[in-house]
Amino acid sequence: MLVRLLRTYLRPYKGQIALLVLLLVGQTIGNLYLPNLNADIVNNGVITGNLHYILTTGEVMLGLTLVIGVFAVVAVYWASRVAMGAGADIRQAVFTKVQTFSARDMNHFGTSSLITRNTNDIQQIQLFLQMALTMMVIAPIMCVGGIVMALHEGAELSTLLLVAVPVMAAFIGVVMVKVVPQFRSMQRKIDRINEVLREQITGVRVIRAFVRNESEADRFAVANKSLTDTSLSVNRIFALALPMMMAILNLSSVAVLWFGGRLVSEGSMPIGNLTAFLTYILQILMSVMMAVMVAILLPRAAASAERVEQVLDTVVVVSDSVNPTEPTDSSGRVEFDHVSFSYPGSERPVVEDLTFVLEPGQTSAIIGGTGSGKTTLLNLIPRFFDATEGHLIVNGVDVRDQRQETLWNSLGLVPQAAYLFSGTVATNLRFGRPEATEEELWKALEIAQARDFVAAMPGGLEAPIDQGGTNVSGGQRQRLSIARALVKRPSVYLFDDCFSALDAATDARLRTALKTEINGASVVIVAQRVSTIMQADRIIVLDDGRVVGIGTHGELLATCPAYREIVVSQLGEDAAA
Amino acid sequence: MTMGAMGAMRGAARQDMRSKDLRGTVRRLSGLLGAERVKLVLAVLLGITSVGFMVAGPQVLGSATNVLFDGIVGKQFPLGTTKAQALELLRAHGHAQIATMVAGMNITPGIGVDITKLGVVLGLAASVYLLGAAFSYLQGYTMAGLTQRLIAGMRRDVEAKLSRLPLRYFDSHPHGDILSRVTNDIDNLTTTIQQGLSQLLTSVLTIAGVMGMMLWISPLLAMVCVVTIPLALVVTFLIAKRSQVHFTAQWGRTGTLNGLVEETHTGHELVQVFGRSEATIEEFARENKGLYEASFRAQFLSGVIQPSMQFIANINYVAIAVLGGYRVASGLLSLGAVTAFIQYSRQFTMPITQIASQMNMLQSGIASAERVFEFLDAEEESPELTRETPVSASASGVGSVKLENVRFRYESGKPLIEDFSLDVRPGETVAIVGPTGAGKTTIVNLLVRFYEIDSGHILLNGVDYRDLTRDEVRGCFGMVLQDTWMFAGSVHDNIAYARPGASDEEVVAAAKAAYVDTFVRTLPEGYATVLDEDASNLSSGQKQLLTIARAFLADKSILILDEATSNVDTRTEVLIQEAMSRLREGRTSFVIAHRLSTIRNANTIVVMDHGNIVEQGSHDELMARDGLYHSLYDSQFAGVET
Repeated sequence: MLVRLLRTYLRPYKGQIALLVLLLVGQTIGNLYLPNLNADIVNNGVITGNLHYILTTGEVMLGLTLVIGVFAVVAVYWASRVAMGAGADIRQAVFTKVQTFSARDMNHFGTSSLITRNTNDIQQIQLFLQMALTMMVIAPIMCVGGIVMALHEGAELSTLLLVAVPVMAAFIGVVMVKVVPQFRSMQRKIDRINEVLREQITGVRVIRAFVRNESEADRFAVANKSLTDTSLSVNRIFALALPMMMAILNLSSVAVLWFGGRLVSEGSMPIGNLTAFLTYILQILMSVMMAVMVAILLPRAAASAERVEQVLDTVVVVSDSVNPTEPTDSSGRVEFDHVSFSYPGSERPVVEDLTFVLEPGQTSAIIGGTGSGKTTLLNLIPRFFDATEGHLIVNGVDVRDQRQETLWNSLGLVPQAAYLFSGTVATNLRFGRPEATEEELWKALEIAQARDFVAAMPGGLEAPIDQGGTNVSGGQRQRLSIARALVKRPSVYLFDDCFSALDAATDARLRTALKTEINGASVVIVAQRVSTIMQADRIIVLDDGRVVGIGTHGELLATCPAYREIVVSQLGEDAAA
Repeated sequence: MTMGAMGAMRGAARQDMRSKDLRGTVRRLSGLLGAERVKLVLAVLLGITSVGFMVAGPQVLGSATNVLFDGIVGKQFPLGTTKAQALELLRAHGHAQIATMVAGMNITPGIGVDITKLGVVLGLAASVYLLGAAFSYLQGYTMAGLTQRLIAGMRRDVEAKLSRLPLRYFDSHPHGDILSRVTNDIDNLTTTIQQGLSQLLTSVLTIAGVMGMMLWISPLLAMVCVVTIPLALVVTFLIAKRSQVHFTAQWGRTGTLNGLVEETHTGHELVQVFGRSEATIEEFARENKGLYEASFRAQFLSGVIQPSMQFIANINYVAIAVLGGYRVASGLLSLGAVTAFIQYSRQFTMPITQIASQMNMLQSGIASAERVFEFLDAEEESPELTRETPVSASASGVGSVKLENVRFRYESGKPLIEDFSLDVRPGETVAIVGPTGAGKTTIVNLLVRFYEIDSGHILLNGVDYRDLTRDEVRGCFGMVLQDTWMFAGSVHDNIAYARPGASDEEVVAAAKAAYVDTFVRTLPEGYATVLDEDASNLSSGQKQLLTIARAFLADKSILILDEATSNVDTRTEVLIQEAMSRLREGRTSFVIAHRLSTIRNANTIVVMDHGNIVEQGSHDELMARDGLYHSLYDSQFAGVET
């Protein structure tokens, strides 16, 4: 998975990567050769007191270091460019892909999961790339090169490597096996503590009302202790691991001097080679440590890559037709012609055999209990889902034959949960029509019964809005969301149960204003509250996914028992009389 | 406003990663460490011992090299001669310089390497390294305990603080911000203390130890390092400082970009229907490019530190080799000393690079600490009343509530509730009505003492609130709020939350009374079904019924009910309505009323608008007055009655 993803997204950087590898190979060879020069300085310079030799070799050495340094800097430059660039490319690809997702695809992944995939997961891959592009190249060269050079300096001594390297690798392996599960459990415990704290903040009223501060404190204390115990244990393992690795490194040096010392005394090895060998063995062990560090990141990056690829590989359920038809009509007429919708694999359709017309200039209301299919019906119009049977015709053309953009252009949606974007009141209102004038914005606010509070906000239209609209009340958010749809001036308005956050008086004023201001467009209102829709031109009553009545309030009271039941339950027997 | 400007605003809304009062925060953090003084001193001592051993290691290894070198040189002279004779021999052959060098060595002519001596020296080296590792482990072990206790204590303080903060704090600060302080910032601080403190200690000690050793071996050679070490420090910190700027930019950009992703994916349908996909993709590309540039710069600059260090270390090496070679040749220094010295000179680059890489972490850790301290310093609720004998009238009372000339303002300059009086006798119902945002919850806030009144009196069963503890007041109220808060736990536990220690039968009885028993039994594990944190596996109507069950179980003489139901289907709505009216039977109730029947039958109706109480009286009285109530009534229910 990771390999496939990287192969695709590293392709544009092929040249840079080739250059990078060359630079790293050069850098590593240089680094391997350095101890040789060091040995020469000791052997031929220091021992014989040949200052001239020390100076000239020193010059060579400095020159080499400079070259290595330049190589390293250029390598880091390209590694950063490639890693960050590929990361940015993947991020852009995922974001762009999600933009084409239909509601089904969004539901399939879940919004929060998509956010994580688009951000954290890609960060993990980026982090891995940055490390891998340098260390994954350096470590093997350094290890192999180190071994070759060590053999060259002292073949007999090299048997030591057969002990030191496996010991080091085994030790790191044991630590990993012990630490990794504990790390996971630690992460879970951090999540748990955060959960308890989050609950204490969001539930502060309930906790205090029920006088449960103490039991909350106990719950927290348990979570806190559990986390502390685990992190203590993890940190103690680390406290042991680092000194142990250093000890292995240092004891390897001691062993080199012991066995090497015998060879030197027998005269089968020059003393300078011994010091060089010392450096090589350290380098080999360091490369083992480096490889392990990359290996730690690998499983996480692979898991992230898999999650990212799932997004990129998604075949979008709803897409534009190959030969789109441009509607000639723009009146906003919506026709349901024997429309049914069912989720794949489900036994029963959510809505079934819907046949009716939503006429321009009229207000049509849809009412019915939870699960009766109201929202599903509404979601079929913007093609958040595609009807599984029948035809849904907007402006004279089946929605599947139109370009989605054309379809969306004719729609003004006010969802059940009002959502605003960070920016200002004005940027939010202009969301559907950036060129709208200030006058038009105020007009829309007036209809939406939002003029007064927006005027009272510091900055008015330029008042800041936080992400999601959390800095205004639920009712205000809903009204701004309605105003946003009004500014767009679509030919079909879709109000999805969006009046529920308003008190009845505001709701009534808003509906009156809507009725007088929206001329010619189709208005579809989904509602729970009968009082919201009583005055609609036509009311469509849904029950269990089927239309059980169409007509005005008066007509339905007389003919539709399901409607009567709703009215009685909400307004009392008097109202249905 | 352009989309770019919108993005900039979003960025500004994110927290600044830099600290405002660096010194104060650091001082306060050290103050916290003070509580662990003894352990900290122990850890420092262990650290010094460990570094001492680790630093002595190369010196001992160096003397092993000396033993080898002595042996090799000594072997070249004829056996049986003395050292003086050997030197004579060298001079005679015109090797005056070598003779000077050999004079400084400990040779026995004709005898090769003294393997026993080598063994002893290497044995010593091994023990020195092992002891160093052991002490380093002990130091790490002590530090781990110390930091974990410190952090656990800090988390405890934060949690305790949460329960001491007034409701005002929660209402005036975004929950997201509080949450991020008590979770993200604490986590970040934890990482900093956990990794930073220990490594910083070791790094500083190592630099000091290495410097000390070098001075001891050869003050002259150490002069080289006196130049190169500060050079390395300066270079590292210059680069680190520059890359820090880019790291900060990278964090900021990441925050902005994540915000954009979060917002776009959350509002996905809106973005599509309002035709903003293209514009959003463009905005994302712009932000993404910004992030790419910033993170590239940060990665690159921090990546430059390592090669620069290596280069400086190599200059150092050559300088020492030249100077050292000269000194060895003149017999003033042994070869072992030079090799040891070289090893030391290589050891200081690592701690310097380490300190530099921790600068980023430290900085963001301190910024987090500051935000946590800010939270810990927030003003707390007025101290709780303390008295020896509890007032008997409280918890088990009959349920009368009397408000006398109550005055309350959220902000002192803005008059809100002025001179409000209300006498509620046991069993009576008070309906609170008013348009959206009229401040109906203010009354609830005052009744259960989420907020304290500015003047006047509230009497509960004849006892003034000021003579009761907050918990005693709250203990008299049962509440069904619009906020149907559930915690991550079983359905049973969520209902039983109202009364710890309630039996299973009592919980089921309460659920039955709230008409939620049947539904609970359809759940996969009935009452044992675990709800997730947002109880997203329940509909809002079901949640509301569960909170009603809670109120049944709590069985308090006074009730506070919020009738508002949204996103509830008609059948559930009927259930809720019936459960609520059953709950009210025989109890004094304050109802945020939305239903005509409740309002009409209430003993008193309190009409609110713009935060104030504008009218008060029975339904008939208020209708006769022709004020706000009358017009509210008309707009809401007129259509119903015709």
